[in-house]
Amino acid sequence: MIETAILGAIGIITVAAAVGVVATRSVVYAAVFLLVSLVGVAALFLMMLAEFIALAQVLIYGGAITIVLLFAIMLTRAPEQTNVQDNAQRPLAAMACVGLFALLVAAALATPWRTRDPGADPMAEFTALSELLFSDFLIPFEIASLVLLVALIGAVVLTRSGREGA
Amino acid sequence: MDALALQHYLLLSAGLFAVGLVGVLAKRNVVVILMSIELMLNGVNVALVAFSRYSPVDELAGHIFAIFIITVAAAEVAIGLAILLTIFARRNTVDAAEINLLK
Repeated sequence: MIETAILGAIGIITVAAAVGVVATRSVVYAAVFLLVSLVGVAALFLMMLAEFIALAQVLIYGGAITIVLLFAIMLTRAPEQTNVQDNAQRPLAAMACVGLFALLVAAALATPWRTRDPGADPMAEFTALSELLFSDFLIPFEIASLVLLVALIGAVVLTRSGREGA
Repeated sequence: MDALALQHYLLLSAGLFAVGLVGVLAKRNVVVILMSIELMLNGVNVALVAFSRYSPVDELAGHIFAIFIITVAAAEVAIGLAILLTIFARRNTVDAAEINLLK
């Protein structure tokens, strides 16, 4: 019962911060709201006893991605961006999203989920996850490191050629 | 009881995804569009980890998928922002409606 209450509180904070990202007119405020929402999601992962993903979420999203986004905001401070923030599709977008949300909620509530009683041993997750990552998912794991390397080099090349061309 | 908990997480996931979709479709600033994409990816991650925890199959595959999604999201943000900085250096705008080179 108390778990449901804590989950509700975290969920309200997370979704409210997400709405803040979309609703605010200032890009910097949007980045701060995004940070709150991402840390809220990390708390959700903790509640599901997914400690490793919660740690990765805080490190990668809360640390790296938010900082990089803030750098991009500072480097692209255009004068026109304070005025119009939404385009003409806004009513259509709102309708589509309300429809999608209603569909997802209906599906989640109507489906008779078959569930199991989840275990409550915190250390089991770390061990099982690392074993799975380095046995069954070894090749995807190595490909992921390749993707990161290519993205790193690509980002450097892209910004370099932009400077020379300008 | 567990099905109820699973439904709570799924509702949160759907909320995050829908809010992110509004941002992707309706915003003009490319940086805010990237932020909204991150929100959608996080909604998906919540659903994956919830299924991984409560599904009858005792597997951690949902966790693995979430880790890969976080990895690819980091790469996506780096590339997206590099493209954005290049476009800004050339055209002096971050408005998605103005970036229409391929039209």
